[in-house]
Amino acid sequence: MTQLVYLVPLFPLIGFLLNGLFWKSMPKKLAGIIGSTAILASFAVSLGIFFEVKNGAAAGQGIVHLFDFITVGNFKIPFAFMVDQLSAMFLLIITGIGFLIHLYSTSYMHDDEGFTKYFAYLNLFVFFMLLLVLGANYVVMFIGWEGVGLASYLLIGFWYKNKEYTNASKKAFIMNRIGDLGFLVGMMLTVYHFGTLSYNDFFAQLQGGIGAQTQNGYMIGSGMTNAIAICFFIGAMGKSAQIPLYTWLPDAMAGPTPVSALIHAATMVTAGIYMIARSNALFNLAPMAQNMIAIIGLATVLLAASIALKQNDIKKVLAYSTVSQLGYMFLALGVGAYVGSLFHVMTHAFFKALLFLGSGSVIHAMSGEQDMRKMGGLGKYMPITKFTFLIGCLAISGFPFFSGFFSKDEILAAAYAKNPMFYYLGLLGAMMTTFYMFRAYFYTFTGNFRGTEEQKHHVHESPATMTIPLIILAILSLVGGLVGLPEVFSHHHLLNEYLSPVVQNFDIHHLDHTMELTLMGIASAIVLIMMYVARVITRKEQFGEAKGLAKVLENKWYVDEIYDFLIVRPLAWKARILNNIVEQKGIDGGVNGLGQLVQWGSTRLKNLQSGQVGSYLFAMVIGIIIIFAIGIFGLLYM
Amino acid sequence: MSLILLLVIPLITGLASFAFRKAQAVKAWALFGSLLTLVVAALSLCGIKEQTHTISYTWLPTLGASFALQGSVTALLMTLLTAIVFPLTLLAQWNKDIEQPHRFYGLMLLAQAGLMGVFLAHDLLLFYFFWELALIPVYFLAGQWGDKDRIKSSFKFFVYTFLGSLLMLGGLIYLYLQTPNGNFDYDTILATGAALPMAVQNTLFVLFFIAFGIKMPIFPLHSWQAGAYEQTLTPVTIVLSALMVKMGLFGVIKWLYPVFPSGTEQFGNIIMILALIGIIYGSMLAIVQKDIKRLIAYSSLAHVGLMIMGIFADTHNASVGVVAQMFNHGITITGLWLVVDMIERRYGTRNMNELGGLAGAAPQMTIALVVITFSSIALPLTNGFVGEFLLFLGIFESTNPNHIIYMAIAGLGIILGAIYMLNMVQKVAYGNKKEMAIADMSMNERLSIYLILAVIIILGVYPNLLLQLL
Repeated sequence: MTQLVYLVPLFPLIGFLLNGLFWKSMPKKLAGIIGSTAILASFAVSLGIFFEVKNGAAAGQGIVHLFDFITVGNFKIPFAFMVDQLSAMFLLIITGIGFLIHLYSTSYMHDDEGFTKYFAYLNLFVFFMLLLVLGANYVVMFIGWEGVGLASYLLIGFWYKNKEYTNASKKAFIMNRIGDLGFLVGMMLTVYHFGTLSYNDFFAQLQGGIGAQTQNGYMIGSGMTNAIAICFFIGAMGKSAQIPLYTWLPDAMAGPTPVSALIHAATMVTAGIYMIARSNALFNLAPMAQNMIAIIGLATVLLAASIALKQNDIKKVLAYSTVSQLGYMFLALGVGAYVGSLFHVMTHAFFKALLFLGSGSVIHAMSGEQDMRKMGGLGKYMPITKFTFLIGCLAISGFPFFSGFFSKDEILAAAYAKNPMFYYLGLLGAMMTTFYMFRAYFYTFTGNFRGTEEQKHHVHESPATMTIPLIILAILSLVGGLVGLPEVFSHHHLLNEYLSPVVQNFDIHHLDHTMELTLMGIASAIVLIMMYVARVITRKEQFGEAKGLAKVLENKWYVDEIYDFLIVRPLAWKARILNNIVEQKGIDGGVNGLGQLVQWGSTRLKNLQSGQVGSYLFAMVIGIIIIFAIGIFGLLYM
Repeated sequence: MSLILLLVIPLITGLASFAFRKAQAVKAWALFGSLLTLVVAALSLCGIKEQTHTISYTWLPTLGASFALQGSVTALLMTLLTAIVFPLTLLAQWNKDIEQPHRFYGLMLLAQAGLMGVFLAHDLLLFYFFWELALIPVYFLAGQWGDKDRIKSSFKFFVYTFLGSLLMLGGLIYLYLQTPNGNFDYDTILATGAALPMAVQNTLFVLFFIAFGIKMPIFPLHSWQAGAYEQTLTPVTIVLSALMVKMGLFGVIKWLYPVFPSGTEQFGNIIMILALIGIIYGSMLAIVQKDIKRLIAYSSLAHVGLMIMGIFADTHNASVGVVAQMFNHGITITGLWLVVDMIERRYGTRNMNELGGLAGAAPQMTIALVVITFSSIALPLTNGFVGEFLLFLGIFESTNPNHIIYMAIAGLGIILGAIYMLNMVQKVAYGNKKEMAIADMSMNERLSIYLILAVIIILGVYPNLLLQLL
């Protein structure tokens, strides 16, 4: 089965090509079938691979070499896949949730004129995402990494006629490129010191630990490992929307809602977590980078959660919630709890996809309305959506025994073991999470309807192709936590056992059971209290002009404005100065001016025929070249 | 023999073009000739595996100059690029009416012959001869056809390049006088150059470098570029940017870098800094341009800057990356100019602020524009990626003490590149502005563009096809 792994990305690629090349003549129904079937087929192969990997196969065994991608002398980068526990887990998440979202999309996008194009792009995304997690070296990961960026760009700007949307897509790509440069420099550092970009080769050299000799004859030092790790983390910041590169993700909600569910919640944005978990051998030798990750992760948790408190667009709430939840995953990575982080990747994929699809169902019913202030009382019209959304809210809040409870608990316990302050701040984030999610829930599904009569008349429960994915995801959000029961409840942490060959978890000095139960108790109590607070506040809140802190939060701490002021505008005016002054007046102007000077002199001296363009231009170019030559010699003999 | 054919076919078809009177006939003739050249170029490259092919005939025995040609891999790749670009351009421009077509196409093919000679010459005087042969037709092409300010811009271009040529000629004569038995042969030049005293080497290095640097162009010798690209007709712009740029780079690789090792050592770092400035400067200027042609001109300054850095990084990965990038850049920028020309012909403007909504009006053209754009910003699985990756790696591995900083600053180009290229796509393709009904790509345009897209994807997915030659 492992050898057939190339089929997993191949099916979506075929789907993309069929829908992409024959978009003109493709009937809608067929386009949807091709797109969804491709992912279902990949899911079937992934399942087979998962069961094979689960029953054995040691780390680094499952290399599937496809062809040599880049060969320069002895430096080889193969196009190879790595099939192991970690990649198999991601394959299941990507293709499994991917399929549900494709299925959902067949209804959601039904009336869109770009239906075929949509499925082509969505398949393209899955293809690149699969490359990202399957690669056996950083270059293949990078191919997938930039490829999902492309797919994301195309899908955010899917409705290209709207300038705001295409601005959002451009912003997403460019911000990701900033991170990508970090990734690229990290790769360069790795090749330079270790002579390889293959995981197996690289991690084997890292096995020696600090002080060991690398293949290229360097001694592994913590400066080196920290530098590489931080560069990789910069890449992860972009893709996984962490401070300071997170502002593209809320804007990315411009894309169709199923896209937000798949790309901007369940899969692509977890690429950064995958990358760091994959490189755990490196990060375990880079304590400074780890601290940085934990702190940035935690800061992102709090910042994004606080913004979510005051958003009125249902998708914006979910977007900031995603940024915040990703922060938890980075916090876990930073304290070395890789399994906890991956566990949260999984449960988050379930409940956040559920919440996004649920919001999509609402938006669909409300004919495109996203503002919660114009909703209210939708529960009675769309019971399945309401009920599944509630499950999603409970799961993300960490309500006892829902999936998010276990994964978040694991992260918070590991954070506590590292530094109790991390725990308290993490708990503050969890409080806000519960509040903003239930605020959204109550605003949307309870109370009185606040929209127009026409909308009210139109509100309906979504069709089965949309509700079935909701139900499946709700079940997963409910029981998904069972794969990672804490020690208090069970001696078998299934996910931990499964991942142990590839991930070296930070050895947590285990909290004693009373302590762990106490922490859990506190967390549960907080969820209940915050649910109640949300209920009370949503009943009372008037949608008036926000003031003070509320206004700051509503305006997202003005971070976009600050970036605009500090980076975007200075870049633009620097470019204008270079163009209008340095280029036109300086370099080109200098050339022309030199010509004029010579001409002026020549008319005085009457040595040269004045007015002849030839001599004038000739002189000016001589001038610039003399200056250039003097400059170059001057620099040299300075 | 095949090397001679590469020169002779464009030369003869070019001269014969002047005799035609009917536009369609001369187009067909030029296309036929360029396809013939393409076949020969492709076969020459396929035959390379056996050995590097060198031929030599007596030419000017009194001067010690011979008609020597060498088909090294780099040279043959550049001839292949030249041979690919011409028919694709002619094909895509089939429906465009050009005044005095017989002269236009004749001069184009003569320029092709000159370019071929520059890449193949294995004798310094012969190299110089072809260098001028390539320039003169292009000067006429730039001066007689194009936008209204073409006289000014082409004259500036001419003066710049002519001056460069003069400096090179001076250096060439001096170098010739130093050879033991008055000889222009490559190996003699190589031995003579390296044996010269340091100060002399440095001076000669600067003379040659200015000539090559103008052609590339390197910052700050670039001020002819934007105007020349903007004002010329698209086929001429393509010759200038996809091919003549490579003359400068190729000149450095073959005739400068190995000939004056001391000069290389002295000036390598300064040139890298100038190239680095060019990357950032070109990218920044590209951001504020309104005219798409000017935007691409400045982006080219940035792309070429990275290649220049690669040459002087002096590592194996960088030198492979340079050649791969020289080839791929030529393909991508040709596609870009062709699409821009299609847009301009349909909308009557190149000003991005007046454009918009192409995606609705001409989806196929938009797909082409987007794919080529992503190739230009080096997305993996397009041809643009591998060269840039190897260049970054090679610069990083360089023994230059500032190698990490250089690479990181050069890397800013990939961010800035995304900014200006995606800005351009957004303004041209997206939005709702004037849903003017325009025709999507015609048959000939599609054929040409799809071939370019195929090269972009094939060399992107399987770059070893190219790398295994190097």
